[in-house]
Amino acid sequence: MKFVDEYRDGDVAQLLARLIRQEAKPDRNYRLMEFCGGHTHAIFRFGIVDLMPDNVRFIHGPGCPVCVLPAGRIEAAIKLVEENDVILCTYADLMRVPAGKRDSLQKAKARGGDIRMVYSATDALAIAQANREKQVVFFAIGFETTTPPTAAVLKIANAMQLTNFSVFCNHVETPPAMMHILSAGEAKIDGILGPSHVSTIIGSQAYADCCDKYRVPLVIAGFEPLDVIQSVLMLVRQINAGEASVENQYTRAVSKGGNKKAQSLMAEVFEQRPLFEWRGLGVLPESAVQIRSEFADFDAEKRFGMQAIATADIKGCICPAVLRGMNNPDECKLFGTACTPEDPKGACMVSSEGACAAYYSYGRYRAAESKA
Amino acid sequence: MCLAVPALVVELNGDSAVVDLDGIRKETSTVLLDEIAVGDYVLIHVGFALERIDPVEAAKTLKLFDELKAMDAEA
Repeated sequence: MKFVDEYRDGDVAQLLARLIRQEAKPDRNYRLMEFCGGHTHAIFRFGIVDLMPDNVRFIHGPGCPVCVLPAGRIEAAIKLVEENDVILCTYADLMRVPAGKRDSLQKAKARGGDIRMVYSATDALAIAQANREKQVVFFAIGFETTTPPTAAVLKIANAMQLTNFSVFCNHVETPPAMMHILSAGEAKIDGILGPSHVSTIIGSQAYADCCDKYRVPLVIAGFEPLDVIQSVLMLVRQINAGEASVENQYTRAVSKGGNKKAQSLMAEVFEQRPLFEWRGLGVLPESAVQIRSEFADFDAEKRFGMQAIATADIKGCICPAVLRGMNNPDECKLFGTACTPEDPKGACMVSSEGACAAYYSYGRYRAAESKA
Repeated sequence: MCLAVPALVVELNGDSAVVDLDGIRKETSTVLLDEIAVGDYVLIHVGFALERIDPVEAAKTLKLFDELKAMDAEA
């Protein structure tokens, strides 16, 4: 595949890794947080971990929308389906995520709830057009990559005056989460691999404050293995030089200012939400968006009077600490025993992007060998 | 969640386009992009084209990799 295969050349990967091993100073550590779950999986799937010297380590970040969505939001969606007889449309990622009381959207569907998996928000809109007698709610989650499509669909619904369509908005923002992790200082971070596709929308300059304030270098990296390894080399060089700036490795898709059209669409439809709860990070100010009052008719939270539900996480699950970069998944006592991708207890094991799922799918034998 | 795949634009129809992804053809919305032409590669995510892939910038990165290989061959 063009723009994929060229960035998976094993010989180049070895050469870049050799440069990293040559340039990483043996007397210091390079703790690099890959913010995005897509990078976590690339690192494990392509064996990038094994190419690194021992002092270059990856810390997994919270960049997995499914993982950071609190169980209470899923419970609120289930309640909505069961009490209001609505059709709930959701991205498939959310179906198996544990809500409170051992429930999930999948279980609610099995009980008879009309919950439908969609590929796109436009599919949810089509379902609303085809079922005018029923209320259709789109369960919107995701970082800035996924927010503009939701904004586009809300605008279309508004133009069509579609009265049976609304959105349960859970869109979150990347820079505030990054700032929070750096300000908390729990995870010692020397450099950050910046998200690929979030950055196509918000642009590389969106991270400048983060780098300046916390004196940490950030390199926006593509998702292919050579992108990741080249970005690690760029971070090692910045750390060695004592620099803390934003660099862009993924220049083929990311510009300094990002996608202005997508940004203005988001600004037209959404506004800053004062507070939003993140799984693992707690309640963060100005870290998510909500639907503007001009589009209030399409806000499911307002239309159905949805209330916040507080839900405790599964006992023993350390997903919150994993999301903050404090612990590795295999340090959880549920990992690989009570909690597997087939029977997940925590969100990081459910999501195809979750750090626990990455460890389980690609890293559990390595961990076992290193302990042996 | 934020995974997006590069696909070739093969047909334009107003606010949407037909893209080809390794032989699979799918309709995608182009409302997030100002300029788009048949023959462009775009990143597709949840049914929307997020951004054009800049072939010039892509070539620059690959040229760096080629130089690295050449240097290694000489060493």
